[in-house]
Amino acid sequence: MNLIIRVNDLTKSYGPTLAVDHLSFDVKEGEIFGFLGPNGAGKTTTIRMMVGLTQPSSGTAFINGYDILKEPVKVKQTIGLVPETSNLYGELTSLENLIYQAELYGVARKERKDRALQLLEEFGLKEHQEKPFQKLSRGLKRRLTIATALIHHPKILFLDEPTTGLDVMSARGLRKLILDSKKKGLTIFLTTHYIPEAESLCDRIAIIVKGKIRIIDTPQNIKSLVKEMEILEIGLDRIPDPLKNKLLSLDGIEKILIDENRIRFHTKNIDQVTPSIIKLFEEQRVKMETINTLSPSLEDAFVRLTGLDSDLMKIDKPMKAGPE
Amino acid sequence: MEEIRKAYFIAKKDMGAYYLKPPLISWGLMLPIVFVLAFYFRNPMGIKEVIPGLIGLTLLFSSTSMAAIVITFEKRIGALERLLLAPLEIRTILFGKALGSTVFGLVITLVVTIFLLPIIGLSIHHPFSFFLTTILSGIAFSLLGILISVGVKEVFEAMTMSNFFRFPMIFLCGVFFPVPEMPYPLPILSYLLPLTYTVDGLKHCLSEDKGIIPLHLDLLILLGFVFLLFGLSLSIFKKRIRQEF
Repeated sequence: MNLIIRVNDLTKSYGPTLAVDHLSFDVKEGEIFGFLGPNGAGKTTTIRMMVGLTQPSSGTAFINGYDILKEPVKVKQTIGLVPETSNLYGELTSLENLIYQAELYGVARKERKDRALQLLEEFGLKEHQEKPFQKLSRGLKRRLTIATALIHHPKILFLDEPTTGLDVMSARGLRKLILDSKKKGLTIFLTTHYIPEAESLCDRIAIIVKGKIRIIDTPQNIKSLVKEMEILEIGLDRIPDPLKNKLLSLDGIEKILIDENRIRFHTKNIDQVTPSIIKLFEEQRVKMETINTLSPSLEDAFVRLTGLDSDLMKIDKPMKAGPE
Repeated sequence: MEEIRKAYFIAKKDMGAYYLKPPLISWGLMLPIVFVLAFYFRNPMGIKEVIPGLIGLTLLFSSTSMAAIVITFEKRIGALERLLLAPLEIRTILFGKALGSTVFGLVITLVVTIFLLPIIGLSIHHPFSFFLTTILSGIAFSLLGILISVGVKEVFEAMTMSNFFRFPMIFLCGVFFPVPEMPYPLPILSYLLPLTYTVDGLKHCLSEDKGIIPLHLDLLILLGFVFLLFGLSLSIFKKRIRQEF
C-alpha cells in the first residue's frame, strides 16, 4: 500500500508546554488510522497541524505528497476535516451548507447540486435537506458535517472525536458510515478517546499520551503484547471501601480495575490468586454474584502500555460553545 | 479568477446568512435611519446641508456593522475555521468578507438616498462619481470594520470597538461641521479619516458645494485608504490566525 500521509518530527509547543512532542508516523492509503489517547494528549493539535490550521513549531508532514508548510492550499484540496464541534452555518439548510462547501472547494457548477443530493441520500439526510442546520439533532448535525467534508471527493478524511457527545444509536450509525466510507477507498485518520471505538474501527492505532506516541500497531498486535496477562472478573453485591487496598496487597495481582460492582484482576497466574481473593471476600462478608475469566482487551493493553487508568478515557472534553 | 469567484461565494453566503441578525439591524440599519429622520423632522429645509454627511454616515455604520458581524459571529461559532480549512488564500477570505459588507452598506445607502433625495428636492449631479465615491468608501469602511473585528471574540465587543472609531468620525469628518471651520488641531485628525473624503466627495456630487479638495483627489485618497486598509487587515488577520488557531 502507498503511504498517503508521512509525518516527520512534528512538534508543537505553547510557551514552555510541549503539546506534541516530535511525532513521526505514516498512514497507508485506504486504511483507517486511529489516534487513541486521553483528553489533552495532543491528538487534536496534531490533526490541526496536519490540515494546516495550526502552524507546527518544528517538523512537517506530507499529505498526499504535498508538504503542509509549502503547499497548504493543495493539501486542503485533497482532504476533508470533521472537527470535534459541528461548525456548519446554522442559518443555512442542509442542502445550502453542502452547496456552499462545494462552491468553496471548486466543485463544477453542474455537479454541485447532484453531489449534494447524493451525499444527503447516503447519509440518511434526504428528508432534512430543507431544514436549517441549527434545527437538526446533534447526531444529524454530525452526519451533515461529515457529508460536507466529503463534498469535493477528498482522498483523506480527518475525523476529530467523531462520536463524542452522541447517543448510542447515533454513534453506532456513524461508525457504520465511517466503515462504508473506507470501503469506497477513502483513507481515514481519526482521533478518539473511546478504546472500543478505536478497536472496532481502526486498521492501525497510535496510542498517544502527553504528546508522545507510545506504540503504533494493529489492535490485534497491541493486544498480543499483554497475551501473558490473565484477567479475572468478579461481580459482587457491594464493594466496601477498604476492599481495594486489601486486594492490592495480595500476592500475584498486578492491577485492579473497578467498574460499578465488578472488579477486574490483572494477573499472570489466575490459579494462584483466585483462592486468596475468594478468602478475602468471605472475610469481608461480600457476596460473589458472577465470576469470569477474560482474554486481555485493547483496554487492558492500553492500561499496561500507558500506566493510565482506563477511566480517564471515558471522560469527554467539555463541549465548546458553538452551533452543536 | 477562481479566487474572485470564491470570494463572491463567501459574500453571497454572508448576505444570505447575516442580513437579519439583530446587531446588524440595530447598528447598521436603524441607527443611520434614525439619524436621517431626526435631522429631517428637526429642520426639513436644513437637512439639505447635511445630507452628504448623513449618506456617508449611513454607509459607514452599515458597512462596518456587517463586517463586524461576519467576522466575530463566525469566529464565535467556529465557522471561520471552515473557511481557513478550505483551499482559499487568506486574501480571498478577506476580500469575500469585505465584499459582502460593502454590498450591504451600498444597498442600505442607496435605499436611503433614493428615498430621501426626491423628498428634499436634491438630485445627483455626477452619478458616476457618486457611485465611485460610495463604492470606494463602502470597501474602505468594510475593511475598517474587519480590521477592528479580527481582534475581538464577541459581536458586542466588535460593535463597541467600532464605535470608538465611528462616533468621533461623526464630529470630525465634516458630517455636521465643516472641517476647515474646526479649531486646530482637529482638522489634522479629520484629514486622517476616510469618512472626511466620503463626505467631501458626496458634497461635490449632491450639492453646489465645491468641497475642501477636488473630487478626483477625494477619489484617489479613498482608493489609497482601500489599499492601506486591505494591507493592514490582511496583515492583522494573518497574525490573529497564527495566534488563535
